[in-house]
Amino acid sequence: MRLINRHPGRVSATLLGLLPFLLIMLIYSLASQERLADNPNDKLLPGSERMIAAVDRMAFQEDRRSGDYLMWQDTAASLQRLGLGVGIAASLALVVGLINGVLPLIRASLAPLVSTLSMVPPLAILPILFIVFGLGELSKVMLIVIGTAPIMMRDVAQRVRELPGEQLIKIQTLGANSWQVITRMVLPQVMPRLIDAIRLSLGPAWLFLIAAEAIASTEGLGYRIFLVRRYLAMDVILPYVIWITILAIVIDQCLRLANRRLFPWYNAGGQ
Amino acid sequence: MSFITVKNLWKQYGDQIVLENLNLSVSQGEFCTLVGASGCGKSTFLKMLLGQETSSQGKLLLEGNTFPREPDRNRGVVFQRYSVFPHLTVRQNVLLGLELEQRPFLGKLFGSARREALKDVDAMLESVGLAHAANKWPHELSGGMQQRLAIAQSFVMKPRILLLDEPFGALDPGIRGDMHELILKLWRDTGTTIFMVTHDLYEGFHLGTRLLVFDKVRNDPQQPEAFGATITYDLPIGQNDRKIYKSIETSVSKTARSLSA
Repeated sequence: MRLINRHPGRVSATLLGLLPFLLIMLIYSLASQERLADNPNDKLLPGSERMIAAVDRMAFQEDRRSGDYLMWQDTAASLQRLGLGVGIAASLALVVGLINGVLPLIRASLAPLVSTLSMVPPLAILPILFIVFGLGELSKVMLIVIGTAPIMMRDVAQRVRELPGEQLIKIQTLGANSWQVITRMVLPQVMPRLIDAIRLSLGPAWLFLIAAEAIASTEGLGYRIFLVRRYLAMDVILPYVIWITILAIVIDQCLRLANRRLFPWYNAGGQ
Repeated sequence: MSFITVKNLWKQYGDQIVLENLNLSVSQGEFCTLVGASGCGKSTFLKMLLGQETSSQGKLLLEGNTFPREPDRNRGVVFQRYSVFPHLTVRQNVLLGLELEQRPFLGKLFGSARREALKDVDAMLESVGLAHAANKWPHELSGGMQQRLAIAQSFVMKPRILLLDEPFGALDPGIRGDMHELILKLWRDTGTTIFMVTHDLYEGFHLGTRLLVFDKVRNDPQQPEAFGATITYDLPIGQNDRKIYKSIETSVSKTARSLSA
């Protein structure tokens, strides 16, 4: 049988999926043990006890200086920035994408601008944001907005234009005016596609969040990682990275489930 | 004065002539079927009746006035596919037109107005045989049922003209027969003027009151776009004989072959 026709069963697919993770953990623990055998104070590849102790210290004990539970505080600060940034970007993307997709007159003047803006490397204008909006929350949120909104705008406009032309004619023969075309035909069909666009934008959004926090912040997951880097505290950095990854996965899956629940007609056998 | 008048109508895209010198007069309540090879301008003519396209030369009149230049609620349409809205249930799909008409801003009906409108909707669904599927999504319906829905969606608006663009082209032959009966029943009940484009010559001969054949009279093999199509046969249906059927079929397939060569 050809290799392309051989499919794994349910159980073996799960095992095959887990295998790379187990391999990475195995290689890490072997390498860590070897280094710790040479030098018990090695910081580069801390063992699991050290990492668990670090998580315990960061998440479940009050900080000696401030009296806060740092990891939760960092998480709350980062999630708030991420949520605000992505929320604002998605709202902008929806409005601009909709009118861009539906109204040719608006598209003529707005589409070239949106395309150009989406080509500007967001990190290159981070200094401008710090200068204009100061070093507070606003500049970090703005970086996420500027980094993700233009691409989502283009995506939404593209999704709108992909709706079959027959539908657009049909709703006009039912007497719809332009406003009704947007609210009754385009908007409801674009919502699940917007959620897909948000899911794709979350990766860049995390990137911009951590970059902004690394440069100017007093709390946040990215801030903490870059702070403890000075002490080579891999025992804090690694759990933080894993935690961020878990958060990203959970958010992504929540959006996926929301899409399924809220829009049962979407992705359900197509037309 | 006739309901729809076409006088010396031409349609061209750049150098390509699609329709040349079309003349036609249709009275209210006629059921015209349009047959012909692909690329002979049947769909283009339908689009002009719909307001999606405008003529290059000549006149296209509705009760003596120029045709409206964009689609409106007086001219319903059913396409071969994508005619229904996937995000609305069967009932909501049929209700949509009534909601749009009565609520220009909200586009939605509530309370007693909605209940009132739903009576019409349910009667319509009953007459197309979709009452049992009222709360399903379109993707849960078969192709034939989706077309029934699209027809119901148009008929509930009581349009003056109904345009059908190969509405049954993608359906199984058996289902197609049921659909013919359905459309004839609705046509008799409402008296709507219907134009139907079809590839199926039998369908053209079987349905309606009038058969219009779109074909090229002249053809230049070196430059197929130089001549457009026009109406070569305009027959009342009912007195169709075998010979005419054969002759139309030969002529249409000859054009089809030379166009696709």
